[in-house]
Amino acid sequence: MKRLLKIYLDKPEMTGIVFLILLTAVFEIRSDGVFLNAFNLQGMLGLLPETALVAIGVTLLMICGEFDLSVGSVFALMPMTMGVMLADGWPFVLAYPAGMTVALLVGLVNGIITVRFAIPSFITTLGMLFVARSATIVISGGFPPVIPPDAMPKALFTAFVGPGDMFRMSFLWFLAVALLVSLMLSRTNFGNWIRATGGFLPAAQAMGIPTARVKIACFMLCSLLAGFAGSIQVMRLGAPLPSIGEGLELQAVAAAVIGGTALTGGIGTILGGIIGATLIRVIDNGLVLSRVDANWFKMALGTLTVGAVILNAWLRQKSRAIRVETER
Amino acid sequence: MTDPIIQVQGLHKWYSGVHALNGVSLDIQPNQAVGLVGDNGAGKSTLINILSGMQIADEGEIRFEGRPVQFRTPRDAMDAGIETIYQYNSMVPTMSIARNMFIGREPLRASVGGVGILDRKAMREASIAALRDVDLHLRSPDALVGELSGGQRQGVAIARAMHFKSKVMILDEPTNHLAVKETQKVLGFIQSLSELGITAIFISHNIHHVFECCDRIVAMARGEIVLDRPTSETSMDELHEVL
Ligand SMILES: Nc1ncnc2c1ncn2[C@@H]1O[C@H](COP(=O)(O)OP(=O)(O)O)[C@@H](O)[C@H]1O
Ligand SMILES: [Mg+2]
Repeated sequence: MKRLLKIYLDKPEMTGIVFLILLTAVFEIRSDGVFLNAFNLQGMLGLLPETALVAIGVTLLMICGEFDLSVGSVFALMPMTMGVMLADGWPFVLAYPAGMTVALLVGLVNGIITVRFAIPSFITTLGMLFVARSATIVISGGFPPVIPPDAMPKALFTAFVGPGDMFRMSFLWFLAVALLVSLMLSRTNFGNWIRATGGFLPAAQAMGIPTARVKIACFMLCSLLAGFAGSIQVMRLGAPLPSIGEGLELQAVAAAVIGGTALTGGIGTILGGIIGATLIRVIDNGLVLSRVDANWFKMALGTLTVGAVILNAWLRQKSRAIRVETER
Repeated sequence: MTDPIIQVQGLHKWYSGVHALNGVSLDIQPNQAVGLVGDNGAGKSTLINILSGMQIADEGEIRFEGRPVQFRTPRDAMDAGIETIYQYNSMVPTMSIARNMFIGREPLRASVGGVGILDRKAMREASIAALRDVDLHLRSPDALVGELSGGQRQGVAIARAMHFKSKVMILDEPTNHLAVKETQKVLGFIQSLSELGITAIFISHNIHHVFECCDRIVAMARGEIVLDRPTSETSMDELHEVL
């Protein structure tokens, strides 16, 4: 019994799950049952993949011990690259990979600068936040490019599927990515290296793990997922605006933290990051349904983030107090 | 006498002006337990960091089992059969025992280009066996290393080195900050190594510990070896004098 309790207390995503259940119940009651009806769920699930994909990348990178503030800008830069090329007459099969390559390059630059010059990634990616946003506006020429209709296979990402058209295709893409990244982290040797690199760098190095390459790979994956998420939003909206994704980097960090990821690295799960992202969508939507002034959203998000960290620290302390004897 | 397993010839290392190693030469016989002592800053860590591939010597030669070697990374040394156990550096507290046992050397069920799917069953079973072999009876290989005591952690590190059939085990101050009982346990481990055919280099600034479990004492000061005797032919007084 004690062991079981400890196992649950040790799960980093526990706090997020508790908050998710609580808030869902509150909003369901306050909205007179509108919150969980099919129409509203469909709307929420349609938006979730865009935040959640970014949160997955940021969570992975934080577990590896690094930080990415540039994801919001990459979220805009990738589809803008694609959009400008499409408007210029390039086919989708070239424009899309080109946008993804740009996202990967941003991650590569973030990683190399952080690792080679031993700069905190907070600084490197803060710089990149401005650089990538500026690049987005510059290549757009100030106006969103006019993408010819049918230049993008929108249905691949935005079509409604499933029972009662509950999901968009983007939700399936998100599920596939979430599953793959989770399995990579928990079931492969590369995942082991990521957690070791973030958990205790000197040990990872002493055991011969190529920690520099592991970090750079995580930066690139994080950037790639941000670009992918941005492209999904643009397919949904139909045109790439230079301003999309502003503030998303902080939402993603909040999602990771609410989901139990430690800023110091080594602790956290992909599921936790997804739960955090879901919570953010739930609050956003729930406040609207409860007819609360939308300006309260950031207040709620901020309170939740700090509250989750405090609760997490408290749970971890409780868990440590349960001394399961380690020796037989 | 058998051939030495490690031969160090005229090793030099400079750190921007500091002459950390000043022409160190040392032969170590297989199965020997060598105690390396000296004050802080004597160059002990620098010497073993070079042997374990963490640092590269500026001058000098190392032979391992008779062959000249140049360890460029910790992995080179590990692959040759030299495992190093540091006071803090060898375990990730936020990971389980089974995962820590195999960091960087995970058994895989399938792989492409060195990355693949963990054989978690093999990892658990090998961990349990390895811990049992060093007489460490932990409840589960899934427990986090961060929940173990300092002595238990060193036990896991030693079990890991054994599992990978290391020929030489270097222990850099493994007993620092350990309780008396735990220290005794680690010293016991070191004593049992020669029966298992493992050569040990044990670094400590506690001379009593070194006398307790080593066959040979090497003392360093200011980057040089100042004393090198079998334990039976020296005394703590003599050691105190040279240090
Ligand atoms: N990474 C380093 N950079 C600069 N100086 C160092 C470094 N490592 C050790 N030294 C210096 O080299 C000398 C030997 O240090 P060390 O080998 O750590 O000694 P010990 O382990 O015997 O205490 C000391 O003067 C120390 O300050
Ligand atoms: Mg030292």
